[in-house]
Amino acid sequence: MSKDQLIKSNFKTEEYFINMGPQHPATHGVLRLILTIDGEIIRNIEPDLGYIHRSIEKMCERDSYQQIVHLTDRMDYLSSHINNEAVCLVVEKGLEIEVPERVKVIRTIIAELTRIASHCLWWGVMGMDVGALTTYFYAFRDREMINDIFEETCGARLTMNYNIPGGLMFDIHPNFVKRVKDFITHFKTKIPEYDLLLTGNVIFQKRTKGIGVLTKEDAISFGASGPVARGSGVSCDIRKIHSYSAYDKVNFNEVLFTEGDSLSRYKVRIQELWESVSIVEQLIDNIPEGDIKVPTKAVIKLPKGEFYQRVETARGELGVYVNSTGTKNPYRVKFRSPGFSNLSVLNKIAKGYKIGDLVAIMSTIDIVVPDIDR
Amino acid sequence: MTNAEIQHIVTNWSDKLEFTEEASEFLNVIVPKEELYSICEQLKANADLKFDYLFCLTGMDWGSALGVIYHLESTTFRHNIVVKVKTEDRENPTLDTVSDIWYTAEFHEMEVFDFFGIKFNNHPNLKRLFLPEDWEGYPLRKDYVDEVNMVIK
Repeated sequence: MSKDQLIKSNFKTEEYFINMGPQHPATHGVLRLILTIDGEIIRNIEPDLGYIHRSIEKMCERDSYQQIVHLTDRMDYLSSHINNEAVCLVVEKGLEIEVPERVKVIRTIIAELTRIASHCLWWGVMGMDVGALTTYFYAFRDREMINDIFEETCGARLTMNYNIPGGLMFDIHPNFVKRVKDFITHFKTKIPEYDLLLTGNVIFQKRTKGIGVLTKEDAISFGASGPVARGSGVSCDIRKIHSYSAYDKVNFNEVLFTEGDSLSRYKVRIQELWESVSIVEQLIDNIPEGDIKVPTKAVIKLPKGEFYQRVETARGELGVYVNSTGTKNPYRVKFRSPGFSNLSVLNKIAKGYKIGDLVAIMSTIDIVVPDIDR
Repeated sequence: MTNAEIQHIVTNWSDKLEFTEEASEFLNVIVPKEELYSICEQLKANADLKFDYLFCLTGMDWGSALGVIYHLESTTFRHNIVVKVKTEDRENPTLDTVSDIWYTAEFHEMEVFDFFGIKFNNHPNLKRLFLPEDWEGYPLRKDYVDEVNMVIK
């Protein structure tokens, strides 16, 4: 036996399983990953889901359309306003209601603020996942300001329930415009700080550059959407492609990076902060006067048929499919959640890397577990 | 491409297809389950259609039949089509998998199996995704009964 063979036979490695989660800080919730590893190299990843499954789709079948709106907050709780909007838009589509311009603009402003808040949280946690605790405090300082604005206008910080089918629950608070402007002025000086603190950091770059590469073809085939797909050069921004609310009235760019690695997914989100700021700036001085809702009947009955609405949440494409038989409850509701499809790329892109890289990759996919489980 | 043009191309592939645009914003095509795989393969491969993005896969219980609805989009041309497939067999419903055509279908089909009990032939890893392995019944079916945990109004 040669020397090499002798070493191999004496130090042969064995594949074994370990559990990552459901109680693991890097899984951002109750996600369990069954890892097959060889030393520290990942050979296979199998997600085990369902720890926070509430069967929202089944609950929708017994609820009225107004009640369904409230369930959607609890899916992707960082994009709660956008989830609410999706259900309201699909109901309005079914009833053939055109909401007033004022509603559209306010919805868009709040949706973009939601996106900023979500990306802030992601950025803070992303830094923490790769070992930089400071980012968390920077991001939460700014996110807190948005939450305060929401609290004043919507009455809640996280699960806002501000949308109702036909419009908004109540008008914006008199302070709203001023506070949003103050925030935007403040935040525009802070995004460069984010770059200074983390983006250019050598250790951070080494943890993310060239790691977890998702090709364009795979991104499309796996149904990835949002920043995950746009980091691989897939043009998939629903706000551009199937415009809704007031997005057709504003100028913004769809952020695309083509490398497909963790760093490019990171850069997409940082760049999207600028785009969201720009959208809010364009709309905040031009909120039209008018009604904040179109009166709907107390019991909403959608006509017989199928309705589908797609919106862009902070994580990607949310689709709401409603099949109505003409009664006050939907016959079937399906939520195509962005997190569920984005999670499925994990096994593809994290194979062959180390566990530490998996944490960074999961972070750039931006997992919110209730969105995956629904 | 307009819906009429899409229908014109697809209708030549088989004489058992049913097209409808009624009560839906998309062009719907109902496909017999034996031809599901070949139709889906062609929908993706055809150079004029290129339906490469499966953006939604929904399990359905129509009462008499179980089935799946596929929402497709082309990332090149941005046109859509909705493929529907039904199976009358409620005891042992079986359909072909499309997970090798669109990888995203692998997870979504596991979800459909979990909640509707539809088995997918040739699926690489068909098992319960959300519910425990020993769960009885398929909760999203209309005839599912759970007197303890379900609140019925």
